[in-house]
Amino acid sequence: MRLVYFAWVRERIGRGEEELDLPTSVTTAGGLIDWLKERGPEYAHALAEPAAVRLAVDRVHAGRDAPIAGAREVAIFPPMTGG
Amino acid sequence: MTPTVRVQTGAFDIAAEVKRLSAGAGAVVTFTGVCRDEGGRLAALELEHYPGMAEGEIARIAGEAARRWPLTGVTVIHRHGVIAVGEDIVLVVTASAHRDAAFAAARFIMDFLKTDAPFWKKEHPAGTPAGDWVAARSDDDKAAGRWRR
Repeated sequence: MRLVYFAWVRERIGRGEEELDLPTSVTTAGGLIDWLKERGPEYAHALAEPAAVRLAVDRVHAGRDAPIAGAREVAIFPPMTGG
Repeated sequence: MTPTVRVQTGAFDIAAEVKRLSAGAGAVVTFTGVCRDEGGRLAALELEHYPGMAEGEIARIAGEAARRWPLTGVTVIHRHGVIAVGEDIVLVVTASAHRDAAFAAARFIMDFLKTDAPFWKKEHPAGTPAGDWVAARSDDDKAAGRWRR
């Protein structure tokens, strides 16, 4: 699955995108965040407060309980500040 | 009526965009968001966006406005990259037969663009390298929430 990160989530993880094979136990967007947090200190730092980040599944806003099975791209980013 | 949505690095021409929507309209409203200097503290803002989703979310919001109000035209242009203090960041143009629909639709689009369009601002303080990311404002969530009642 392709993962993309933006703004301070991207800076803290240290890359803007990556392709990862997820274990079958990871089935939701929130589960993905919990799994990523265990991958290393940079992920733990970026995702320390899961409530501080937002998610999109295949470029549509998604909640933490959103299923990610079959998704091509999941994005993790801070609350938006455009306009 | 299909909304026009553009996400671009370059400046936009407000007069040209208004003129494009004037034909057949009785009222044209524009909103322009401009890069503030925050009391002289900032030199520029750097805007990051999620390519593809940014355009998609703006189109979705503009389309929702077109379903709610009888609009004859909608244009939304959002810039990304480094934008100096005083330069334009975002433009919303709404056109309708009468002013009420055009005003309401422009406000609706901006309120949801703030909370739902994937853009992030980083501050470039005057005289120093890039600084902090701008934090989201709870007032923006409240402004969008008003339309959900």
